[in-house]
Amino acid sequence: MTGFLTAGIIRTALEVGLIYSLVALSLFISYSILNICDLSTDGCYTLGCAVGAIVTIAGHPILGLFLAMGAGILSGFITAFLQTRLGVESILAGIVVNTGLYTINLAVMGFSSNVSIFGTDTIFTLFKSLSGSAFWNDWSTLILLALLILIVCLVIRWFLSTTLGLSIRATGDSPAMVRASSINPAFTITVGLCAANSLTGLAGSLIGQYNKTCDINLGTGMVTIALASLVIGETFATHKKMMFRIISVVFGSCLYRFIISLALRLNVPTEAFKLVSAVIVAIAIAAPRAKELLLFRKKQAIAMAERKKLKGAQ
Amino acid sequence: MLTIEHISKTFNTGTVNEKRALCNLSLHLADGDFATIVGSNGAGKSTLFNAIAGSFYTDSGFISLDDEDITFVPEHKRSRYIGRLFQDPLTGTAPHMTIEENLSVAFLRASNRKGKIFSRVSKKDRDFFREELSLLDMGLEDRMNHPVGLLSGGQRQALTLLMATMVTPKLLLLDEHTAALDPSTASKVLELTKTIVAERKITCLMVTHNMNQALELGNRTLMMANGSIVFDVSGDARKGMTVNDLLDRFQIGAGKAFDNDRILLSTKEGI
Repeated sequence: MTGFLTAGIIRTALEVGLIYSLVALSLFISYSILNICDLSTDGCYTLGCAVGAIVTIAGHPILGLFLAMGAGILSGFITAFLQTRLGVESILAGIVVNTGLYTINLAVMGFSSNVSIFGTDTIFTLFKSLSGSAFWNDWSTLILLALLILIVCLVIRWFLSTTLGLSIRATGDSPAMVRASSINPAFTITVGLCAANSLTGLAGSLIGQYNKTCDINLGTGMVTIALASLVIGETFATHKKMMFRIISVVFGSCLYRFIISLALRLNVPTEAFKLVSAVIVAIAIAAPRAKELLLFRKKQAIAMAERKKLKGAQ
Repeated sequence: MLTIEHISKTFNTGTVNEKRALCNLSLHLADGDFATIVGSNGAGKSTLFNAIAGSFYTDSGFISLDDEDITFVPEHKRSRYIGRLFQDPLTGTAPHMTIEENLSVAFLRASNRKGKIFSRVSKKDRDFFREELSLLDMGLEDRMNHPVGLLSGGQRQALTLLMATMVTPKLLLLDEHTAALDPSTASKVLELTKTIVAERKITCLMVTHNMNQALELGNRTLMMANGSIVFDVSGDARKGMTVNDLLDRFQIGAGKAFDNDRILLSTKEGI
């Protein structure tokens, strides 16, 4: 096994999985909780990366994370404004913002399609420099990410249990009830989308500092990947407890990355990679339904056998 | 209390589907009034409720509540003072949230909660919810952490009633809220309604399709046809009325016979 899956491969899969889990958590808020399909994810992710990269180059990697979150909030606010105030269909609002963000992202990167942050400190190099041991050298990145994600999970859990968080959940669950409870759905949708996109922005800035580069096409297909992670995660969330659901999403994201690294290990050619991703996504989304169908067929077979036996006895 | 002055509402103006749903309608409810509304299909009963609750703005006329003009106040702000129950028991609650979470969202209407958006459900709130739930006598106080989607229609409607009245509203709108329930559950929810409305002295408007109910419940009966109130009776005149009197009055007011089969078929005992 060690030859096929080295510790390094597993570690990398976990690291990237953890970063991607932030995007999955973002969709968890917008898609699962608010019941809104926010398609601005791709652009917002790149925006986070671009903002984070520029600020990191300027020498402030930690500030970069916060500014990337701020940029995400702004992007989410515009998406929300379009749909709550101007009556744009939610899917369309996301697409419009996503399109607009392409130019914004280019502008942030100084109208170059590529920005490299090699040679400057990132939060990962800063954290690694805390200790010189070999173990720390290998694992510090994963530990830092795990800590960050844990904090984010706890904050989401706390936020969703506040009265504001409950109102946001109710907005996705029963809009009529929300209006009857003197809550403005336009407000809760706005707050929800801002919160969700701040996570996407954070994920973008982390991947930028992790890869030490930012590319204008970085976010392409991100929404599909995040959705796949979310769906994989929610199949495991048999429990309805909120914390359990949140952790499941993170787990789903890591699992997805793990499957991808397996595919990489099997020497799938890079040209075929998008197809492999799409197939994995399709399988992940179809899995719960397939499981249901399988259970039904089994039940049917048992019932039919029972009936045959009864008929034979007559 | 509630004063409605000459409101009109036309849907799909300028198309073949143009429908004058409310026609120069005026109504005044005194403090503590409990009025029932009957009327044939399409008479504008639900439209009237939507206009009062603010689901849309009326084309003309004014609505005021407690001497405050609310004609152009948005729906979510009106719901601070106006409680509302729909016919569909699934409308008023969030199915994937627990009973406790539903109640705490409804409790946001309490004015002292304003500005505390990051507060959480406290032990005190929880005790209050439990106490309120026990009034329903449905055992819901022991199921506070169950998702509302698991409750029956009657239980959900009772819960919605509690949510609408927990913070006492100035006005309660009941839109055939027992019509989709089975007879025994319906009478239970109706009993609860009567108790809560009487105890908290809530001014209340209730649409019903049951003529007997329309005469027995509350202190006033309104009859609607073609977007207007065609008959309004209260006091001694109402006490002596029978269902047949009411139907006759309708014919005079609307100029046609009553055409709501559901109303005509509802028996004396039936709900």
